[in-house]
Amino acid sequence: MTLNTHTLLQKKKKTILELWMKNQLADEGLREDLISNEELRSQSEELITALVGNLSGDNFSNLESDEWSPVIEILGGIAITRARQGFSPRETGNFVFSLKDAILDVLQQEITNDPATLFVESQKVNKLMDSLSVVTFETFIKGREEVILRQTDEITEISTPVIRVWEGILALPIIGTLDSARTQIVMENLLQEIVETGSSIAILDISGVPAVDSLVAQHLIKTVSATRLMGAECIISGIRPEIAQTVVHLGIDLSNIITKATLASALAYSFKVMRLEVKKVTVTKL
Amino acid sequence: MDKIPILRMGAFLLVTIQVDLYDRLALNLEADLVQMVNKTNAKGVLIDISAVSIVDSFMGRIIGNIASMSKILDAETVVVGMQPAVAITLIELGLPLKGVHTALDMEKGMNLLRSMIDVDDENEDLESEENDFITE
Repeated sequence: MTLNTHTLLQKKKKTILELWMKNQLADEGLREDLISNEELRSQSEELITALVGNLSGDNFSNLESDEWSPVIEILGGIAITRARQGFSPRETGNFVFSLKDAILDVLQQEITNDPATLFVESQKVNKLMDSLSVVTFETFIKGREEVILRQTDEITEISTPVIRVWEGILALPIIGTLDSARTQIVMENLLQEIVETGSSIAILDISGVPAVDSLVAQHLIKTVSATRLMGAECIISGIRPEIAQTVVHLGIDLSNIITKATLASALAYSFKVMRLEVKKVTVTKL
Repeated sequence: MDKIPILRMGAFLLVTIQVDLYDRLALNLEADLVQMVNKTNAKGVLIDISAVSIVDSFMGRIIGNIASMSKILDAETVVVGMQPAVAITLIELGLPLKGVHTALDMEKGMNLLRSMIDVDDENEDLESEENDFITE
């Protein structure tokens, strides 16, 4: 009797699906909070239909062939949605691995009298499922990377606001690490705003910058010099003690730059330069 | 041959650069300006570069040179109206123009020059007043 694995699997599709679902539901890592059981079932069914439907005797080991593209597409779609929904890699991996377990179980039940064939067929199934797992992981990670990229873009866009604190005084709170690309954006925004508002003082607040190394300091010095060239004065505020320590240890010379510990003292200094005075009004009761 | 006009206004000299500076023009400006500072005994030089959109390292150096030369001739130089792109370019070229005063626009530059020169005058006044007290 020569029963081909693919015809066998096609016949046993229902059993495999049931087994697979059982495996998945029994798994401790089942995320009912992220995906409902019905949805999981329909996902699984879609995948298994495509998988079994495209299975033929000679394409087992060749994942490049066109017949596999619908399967890969479905798998990729599932992986990307899972990446966005926040599944962990282990949970996504288990999704495919539990299918493998189900198929192997079925094979074992069907081919009972011929250990040699069982071994060969299991090996084939193993290889195929492994390749499919690799594809899943690739797409999963790609999905995650897309999420990260989108977030990076958003951060750069929202994190460089130029605030007008007073007539002629601009403040620019920097949050997050300063790299070359961000410095460029920060510098351009700041200089543009200086021209538009005619401000003569700009306060660069770095309390949100986690660490200052020589490169970041270089960027800061550049920004300050550019502001000075425009004819405005630039104050760096929000320098934490740790940052002061690193700057001195690195031997960075900030003595030509006006630095203040807090935004408040920078503002007070700006008022002094602009000859403004903040006074407490004494209320006289009538 | 193009020439950049140098206008005299009281104790100051005004230079408005409204064309893109090529090297020859910049060198001529440097020479003319130094001559003019000497001749008029100016106390301040105001260079307006708000219409300049392109600079190179040579241009940056010329501005620096003008400032240093005027300083020797006892005149302060203020560069006003630099475009953001120009400022970024100069910084990237490593020319922070130390020794040059800057201001956002003509008005602020004028005030800056006045304040710099007034300070000197006030000091002289104070000194003379003190002397008066002593003589009294």
